[in-house]
Amino acid sequence: MAMTEKQLEEILAQYPSKVQKNRKKHVLVRNESADPQIIEANTRTIPGIITNRGCAYAGCKGVVVGPLKDMVHITHGPVGCAYYTWGTRRNKAKSEDPSKNFINYCFTTDMQESDIVFGGEKKLTKVIDDVMAIFKPNAISISATCPVGLIGDDLGAVAKKAEEKYGIQVLSFNCEGYKGVSQSAGHHIANNGLMEHVIGKGELEEAPAKFAINLLGEYNIGGDGWEVERILKEIGYHIVTVMTGDGKYEDLRNAHIAELNLVQCHRSINYIAEMLEIKYGTPWIKVNFVGVQSTIDTLRNIAEYFGDAALTQRTEEVIAKELARIESKLDQYKKLCEGKTAFCFVGGSRGHHFQGLFKELGIDTVLAGYEFAHRDDYEGRQVIPDIKLDADTKNIPDLHVEKDPERFKIKLSPERYEELKKKIPLGQYRGMNVEMKDGTVIVDDLNHFETEEFIKILKPDILASGIKDKYVIQKMGLPSKQLHSYDYSGPYAGFNGAVKFAEDITMSFSSPTWNFITPPWKDEPLLVGTVTEEEGVA
Amino acid sequence: MLDCTPKEIKERTGGGMINPAKTCQPIGAMYAALGIHKCLPHSHGSQGCCSFHRMHLTRHFRDPVMASTSSFTEGSSVFGGGANLKTAIKNVFSIYNPDVMAVHTTCLTETIGDDIPSIIRSAEVPEGKVVIHANTPSYQGSHVTGFSNMVKGMVSYFAEATEPIKKEQINVIPGFVNPADMREIKRMLNLMGAKYIMFPDTSGVVDSPMTGEFQMYPEGGTTVAQLKDTGNSKLSVALGRFASSDAAELLAKKCQVPVATLKTPIGIKATDAFLMVARRAFSKEIAAELELERGQLVDIMTDTHFHFHGKKVAIFGDSDIVTGVTEFVLSLGMKPVHVLTGTPGGAIGSSVGSFEEDIQEMLQQAGVAGNVKAGGDLFTFHQWIKNEPVDLIIGNTYGKYIARAEDIPLVRVGFPILDRSVHSYMPIVGYRGAMRLLEMISNALLDRQDRDALDEDFELVM
Repeated sequence: MAMTEKQLEEILAQYPSKVQKNRKKHVLVRNESADPQIIEANTRTIPGIITNRGCAYAGCKGVVVGPLKDMVHITHGPVGCAYYTWGTRRNKAKSEDPSKNFINYCFTTDMQESDIVFGGEKKLTKVIDDVMAIFKPNAISISATCPVGLIGDDLGAVAKKAEEKYGIQVLSFNCEGYKGVSQSAGHHIANNGLMEHVIGKGELEEAPAKFAINLLGEYNIGGDGWEVERILKEIGYHIVTVMTGDGKYEDLRNAHIAELNLVQCHRSINYIAEMLEIKYGTPWIKVNFVGVQSTIDTLRNIAEYFGDAALTQRTEEVIAKELARIESKLDQYKKLCEGKTAFCFVGGSRGHHFQGLFKELGIDTVLAGYEFAHRDDYEGRQVIPDIKLDADTKNIPDLHVEKDPERFKIKLSPERYEELKKKIPLGQYRGMNVEMKDGTVIVDDLNHFETEEFIKILKPDILASGIKDKYVIQKMGLPSKQLHSYDYSGPYAGFNGAVKFAEDITMSFSSPTWNFITPPWKDEPLLVGTVTEEEGVA
Repeated sequence: MLDCTPKEIKERTGGGMINPAKTCQPIGAMYAALGIHKCLPHSHGSQGCCSFHRMHLTRHFRDPVMASTSSFTEGSSVFGGGANLKTAIKNVFSIYNPDVMAVHTTCLTETIGDDIPSIIRSAEVPEGKVVIHANTPSYQGSHVTGFSNMVKGMVSYFAEATEPIKKEQINVIPGFVNPADMREIKRMLNLMGAKYIMFPDTSGVVDSPMTGEFQMYPEGGTTVAQLKDTGNSKLSVALGRFASSDAAELLAKKCQVPVATLKTPIGIKATDAFLMVARRAFSKEIAAELELERGQLVDIMTDTHFHFHGKKVAIFGDSDIVTGVTEFVLSLGMKPVHVLTGTPGGAIGSSVGSFEEDIQEMLQQAGVAGNVKAGGDLFTFHQWIKNEPVDLIIGNTYGKYIARAEDIPLVRVGFPILDRSVHSYMPIVGYRGAMRLLEMISNALLDRQDRDALDEDFELVM
């Protein structure tokens, strides 16, 4: 079912005028003939609006830094922020050395009132001492929460002193929750920190094996990264580091040796890919391992990049083998999904990535959007120069990198680069909008009110979203699939992931549980009257 | 699992937490506010706080948890959040139309010192609607403190002593417990024929039925009229000293309603004490049905005492819950050798004693030597267990790491439980709740015995 501009206006008209004016710019009805369509994104959330967005701290510690398993991550602040980012994003991780895997731990300075009044630096220093005495990690990170920035604790100075004392890296992140307008600001702060202080600090000059790649913007939710690694390794790639799902500080230090960077979540990491290209000469391509066809396309693109006949052949062999294995499995699910419609609203890139997988099952996405994207994630990278920086964006320090004098290497000749660019998404991302059909709806920072209203009009069969609206949707009698945590299922990436996703989605549609919502007595009157024909009448 | 935790206990001087057993005030305030009918909780701070709290509560209850936020950016942190809160108030009432908007602060807004009452006074609040608030700095206390502070807010905004003579009704402040526990407490009072006002009351809000329609404000929650009338009650029963006594004390001061502070009625002794208070307050004999239930409970306890007797147990969680559970397992003949709460356990409000003293006293009376700590963390708790292993752990979901690391069964009780369902629909309070706890504990122990038994020792009848 498509939506008209008029229907959209009627929904927005229910808002107070200022809110209406604001939200109007964040919602589009897709019109292919009017392409490009501009959408506003990465601007402030309106106070009082029930949003799904998080904060800079959530993006920094919760998303990017937290999954690095061989580091101790200290949250400097009162107890809550550390507590909520404790193992809750399902960044799975395993380690050859379990005594250097801190993924199930949660560290916080647990600031008290006196620390707020007198400053928390001393306490932080002591907590680092405790951590070193007990755990001896390879490195430490410190993430700041809201009050830390206000009272002016100098995290950098504490970190520097600790580095001198213990001879390991101590990274500090000023990712106070109020910075920026969403968790995206925190990704930026975290990634910049890793770029500046970790990447390129390793000893390796060259990759120990051919076809060395980094997988960027993959957080190994539900084991996604492991499925991607399985496929890539089977083809013959050498994975230097995954940034940051199941990631290791020690591996990340050598990210500079890769021949190619794969960018999975464009939103959280595109700027790092660019910096790696400037500094080390490593090109990047946009990949998508969600969905069978996307995975195949991606594998072929990577092979195309390396241009090695044996690698290409191996790629095709693996694709053929995997397809033969999964096709019949997928077919049985497609029958139950065919013709259904979905909303696909998730954080960064998943709002786009999962549409392909839905489509493969026969499910059309009628509304999609991102929680914390910027305009380029919708409209494509070509709009980046047009994006106006507002005060909130300017508050996030920007990192400028230059060619590394020793480690910069040209990996592709300029001619080959240009030639490849025509064939594969080398240094490009076209955004979500171009792939959405006429009449579908694109919403930035979809909020609770709009979710309810759009459901009433578009009547989707399933909603893919997060935990905060999951039960709202289900109370309406519609299945809801969490695409942040996958409802504790997954992985959903790669070939095996597609099958798992199909199985889970089919389950949502075919579960008998939905049939019980209306009690039998609601459909049947209490007193069943019988009409008796009286003789002689009529 | 948790392979980096050494057995050797070194003194930590930093005052930080490793694997905390508490979280911050605002989540407790948000939960308490959901217990007012047609109330939208509002988090005044950065939007991440609201997001985290909704996420955690939703995971625990598996039901919608609606709340709005002031969505601070850097500018608001510098210039103060007055403008954000005023905008939020306007938008909340025009878009979501609650009867009450319950604002709680965060560590951000507390640190910049936003004066919430004066912001509310200068905001456009529609006729007939109310904005209440509670100060909930995350750098004091814990989520239990936040719950307590919001309940106090309900008293200070609503309670009025309008009748010359107190009514034949009591106030029941149930504390930071599940909606099923609130339902069970109400059921017991109904069986007693007692008239009561329970506040907050999240039953019907976070355990609402599936009807095919979403309701922003479900049927449950204490109404504003009831909250006002709390000032006319003849007694306030504060269940759980840490979560409930502050509000009861304030009500005593404001409206001269006397207070009875009791343990959360977990287990037989605390339930007996609760019912005795109701019996005295209304001069009514204990309902026959409750006496029957008690008899059944004792029957089960005596039938199964050998399953439990002498078994060592480690208990952690919120002070009020841990106190109740400790008392109950002692009455089963178990030995609670490690008892820990993450929340600071000093005396608050006008009540006497502290968590550590209370628990130690119970242990001493039972002749059990144990580790007891308030304001501790699960790292300490784990180290205790490494040094003195136990047969069972009772606590929230976060205990599962230790349970796996040490291969000890875990009975999930308290908040939060993120990895199991149905728990919030089943009470642990009252005699029936005690029966359920007993079932969970004995099943955990017997499942374990079965699992570890040699073939020749594997028995059909136990």
